[in-house]
Amino acid sequence: MLYSKKVMEHFKNPHNLGEIKNADAVGQVGNPICGDIMKLYLKIKDNKIKDISFETLGCGAAIACSSMITQEAKGKTLDKALEINKDIIVKKLGGLPAPKIHCSMLAIEALKKAIKNYKEKK
Amino acid sequence: MKKIYFDNAATTHVDQRVLKAMLPYFSNDFGNASSLHSLGQKAEAAVLKTKDIISDFLNCKAEEVIFTSGGTESNNTVLKSVFSDYQGHLITSAFEHPSVLDTAKFLNKRGVEVTFIKPESNGVVDYQKVLKAIKSNTRLISIMYVNNEIGTIQPIGKIGKELAEINKDREKKILFHTDAVQATYFVPMDIVRLRVDFLSMSGHKIYGPKGIGVLYIKNGIRITPLLHGGHQENGFRAGTYNVPSIVGLGKAISLLTSSEHAKEVVKIKKLRDSLMTKVLKIKGVTLNGDKISRLPNNANFLFKNIEGESLLLKLDMEGVACSTGSACASGSLQASHVLLSIGVKPENAHGSLRLTIGKDNTIRDIDHFVDVLKSIVKQLRSFSPLR
Ligand SMILES: Cc1ncc(COP(=O)(O)O)c(C=O)c1O
Ligand code: FES
Repeated sequence: MLYSKKVMEHFKNPHNLGEIKNADAVGQVGNPICGDIMKLYLKIKDNKIKDISFETLGCGAAIACSSMITQEAKGKTLDKALEINKDIIVKKLGGLPAPKIHCSMLAIEALKKAIKNYKEKK
Repeated sequence: MKKIYFDNAATTHVDQRVLKAMLPYFSNDFGNASSLHSLGQKAEAAVLKTKDIISDFLNCKAEEVIFTSGGTESNNTVLKSVFSDYQGHLITSAFEHPSVLDTAKFLNKRGVEVTFIKPESNGVVDYQKVLKAIKSNTRLISIMYVNNEIGTIQPIGKIGKELAEINKDREKKILFHTDAVQATYFVPMDIVRLRVDFLSMSGHKIYGPKGIGVLYIKNGIRITPLLHGGHQENGFRAGTYNVPSIVGLGKAISLLTSSEHAKEVVKIKKLRDSLMTKVLKIKGVTLNGDKISRLPNNANFLFKNIEGESLLLKLDMEGVACSTGSACASGSLQASHVLLSIGVKPENAHGSLRLTIGKDNTIRDIDHFVDVLKSIVKQLRSFSPLR
């Protein structure tokens, strides 16, 4: 299983890593297939994602996808952020090996869940 | 960067002496060992000499040794040959190498009854459970000598001895096979003491070449060949003799009887013990498989709140080669069947790491590795939402 250069870059130096204390929204999802866990923290102001970070227990692809989704979502309105799909993540990462596509779906789900939690709270 | 190879259960490098022994047989003495001319005779002599080396090593007769393309073919040959009519009952274990396990499942689909014995939680098969599984239609017992992931040694001699007693009262004798691919370098390989009818070995786990293996078949047993064709190996296995690899395998095996080899085993065990002690001091680390009934070069750990593939990638970036039983690293997204079979939960199998020491490793490798490992573990745990 060979990862693209981009995946390895994000794996080596993940963007937006760590916990945001007093986050406005949190989304945690578990991967039913292999048991990984991904958690996103969001700071939201005027319906925009001001800040976002992640914590992930998972494979190289899961970590790279987490990093990529935080990069993509940062600064976007909630509606725009919800438009990010797995194909965008995979493309931005220079492709993923077939068995790893589900790791990108996990990242999308985590973001959706975080935004849903935020909307429900309001 | 310093490269450290801790994946000797996956494969080993070819020993320089093995390579040297092989080289003449590629372009100079390239004859077909079945040809009658002198070039062919030279090749045949090399094949026969290797059979002598191997029969000395296994304490069997030269004609009981046949060459195959490796452990996979040897294992397939035994199972598919004994059950060529897809009838009868097979006893094996739940943590065999896929070349036995998947062959057993294949036969099962076609009508063979199969009992998969679950190993105990220490990774050792209870020989009494094997014997208890015997039925009137049992034809073959196939249990690996050493497990390839956790390195645990199975009671082959014990099963062989008990089975000999049971067979005394049976009209149709039950045959006994062991996959000794991982055992060859480290544990006694005496056929008379193991009391097996079939035994599989492979070249590339013992500093020999890849794509060559041995199948020991006890005299008097006729098998249905897996490969039909020429009359090589008395009709047991067709295909032109792979002379360079056969010679290489013979050299690799002859090195296993030297006093140098005995010293290597002692050294490897010391290194592994040091590794185990140091790694087990890290928080949230446990050992898989029995501590005693275990190959001297194998260590297999579980790391809490760490995923094995990312651990492996990080180690690789630091020049360390090893392997994991994590579902994420498997392609099929299935956690290691070996770890599951000894009762490890899938979410824990996730954090497994296998390290297998080789004869060229040093104590400096161990210490450097432990340093690198500690900082990676700390880093990856800081990535995790679980604390
Ligand atoms: C226990 C065991 N059996 C069989 C095999 C297969 O051997 P080969 O690679 O020679 O086909 C291996 C190695 O991968 C092994 O570890
Ligand atoms: S998280 Fe398990 S395969 Fe990616």
